[in-house]
Amino acid sequence: MALYVALCYYDRDQYWDSPTETELSPEYVEFARRATEAGVMRGGEALHPVTMSTTITVSGGKGGDVLLVDGPYAEAKEVLGGYFLLEAADLDEAIAWAAQNPAAWRGKIELRPIAPIHP
Amino acid sequence: MDATGTLVEVLKGEGPRVLATLARTIGDLAVAEDALSEATVTALEAWPKTGIPDNPRAWLAVVARRKALDLLRRESARSAKETAAFRWGTGAAPDQIEEAIEAIEPENSLRDDMLRLIFTCCHPALGREAQVALSLRTLARLEVPAIARAFLVPEATMAKRLVRARSKIAAASIPYAIPSDAELPGRLAAVLAVVYLVATEAHAPTGGDTVARVDLEAEAIRLARLLAGLMPGEPEVLSLLALLLLTSARTAARADADGNPVTLAGQDRTRWNRAAIAEGSAWLSQAVTRSGGVAGPYQIQAHLAAAHSTAASWQETDWDRIVGLYDLLGSITANPVVALNRAVAVTERDGPEEGLAALKTIAGLEHSHLWHAALADNLRRLGHPSEAARELHTAVTLAPSEVEQRLLQGRLRTVRSELG
Repeated sequence: MALYVALCYYDRDQYWDSPTETELSPEYVEFARRATEAGVMRGGEALHPVTMSTTITVSGGKGGDVLLVDGPYAEAKEVLGGYFLLEAADLDEAIAWAAQNPAAWRGKIELRPIAPIHP
Repeated sequence: MDATGTLVEVLKGEGPRVLATLARTIGDLAVAEDALSEATVTALEAWPKTGIPDNPRAWLAVVARRKALDLLRRESARSAKETAAFRWGTGAAPDQIEEAIEAIEPENSLRDDMLRLIFTCCHPALGREAQVALSLRTLARLEVPAIARAFLVPEATMAKRLVRARSKIAAASIPYAIPSDAELPGRLAAVLAVVYLVATEAHAPTGGDTVARVDLEAEAIRLARLLAGLMPGEPEVLSLLALLLLTSARTAARADADGNPVTLAGQDRTRWNRAAIAEGSAWLSQAVTRSGGVAGPYQIQAHLAAAHSTAASWQETDWDRIVGLYDLLGSITANPVVALNRAVAVTERDGPEEGLAALKTIAGLEHSHLWHAALADNLRRLGHPSEAARELHTAVTLAPSEVEQRLLQGRLRTVRSELG
């Protein structure tokens, strides 16, 4: 089995402030229910808009000053609006599931294989 | 063919088969690839002394398997998290794998392994460049320097591209599997597109100073034959093989003694390869039988190639049929280049006035040397040499290769001499 994080990107202008967002949320909930029942979805959430973000850097290496920036790491036309974890046999199975998440037609989903850091 | 040539042919033919089964049984394409490369080196050292074994595939399979097991043992000696082996397998240890491979692969299971290998190399999660590089390395057994030369990129770039592609197959768990029936049409289209792209690069090199790359053309035909052998029921596979054979039949006639290009109209048709035309036509009729009356884009292109190949001369070509075939192709692909070729055929069928009108309706080819050259041809025939010269001048500046520049400059000189 392989683990993927599905990163959901949306047009900045259409994400969150759009009134359709709440109307669509049952579709996301339905996806999460089905994928979790199938044992494929291993968690995931939506994210607040990037205006709520704080970006941090520790300057000068470990133990250095913590620098804060109000806002996202990178200003872009597309914003990361949510993520979910998929555990699938292979990329084809992960694609088949991700393609059923509303983010795939409302925006784009990037499937990134996870490199485990736990020993 | 000399002894080394025969060796290389055997290795190219058997290599992918050995690799396909090995990749499935050990569950890692990169390791299988390295193992086969080492086995190939061993064969090239041993066979000139011992002669080619009676069953070269079995010989290669045994040696490659040993090399693979050595590689896997070395890998599993490293820390577990560095090891991405057994990806497709069941996580079996090398010794268990050895037992599993003991059973000799029956032919139908070999066929499935070959299909797995092909569909993995052309998986849509890999970019087209990566698909092409992997296919030429893994399926056609071309060495990295040869692939780099074919696509005019530095060797290091091509090597990196291959490493990245193989790493992605492992890291993203791209499956070593035959697509489901529902997925097959789309996935097969990607495989055919890869082979077609190799053939296009051979037929019209994007750089260099040759009219065609015969070696690359042979590799494209080799790949198409491999696919036709594995999927004889797929009409578009057979049509692609037919198209490549029919097109390759004209390669020798496409350049004169000095290496200058000769267009279809001016080619010495006695130099066309009749055997290739006959074989291509035979595959095409197979494809027609299998397609049940619904011609795909490769079948239409093969019909076009056949219509040219069987015409006694440019003048005696069945232009009405060719225009009709381009109409059909245009209705399923919406490609301005198809419209351009159609317009050229319209000129031959109906005359330069109609051809010119057809050309002027095509949008999106303002930067194509072929479009400007076609405009020039019609303008010249209509008795407007100065306008023709202007179009040809534009065409020369837009031509993508030196070879095509030379061809167009020759035409420009002719038109200017008509200006007096």
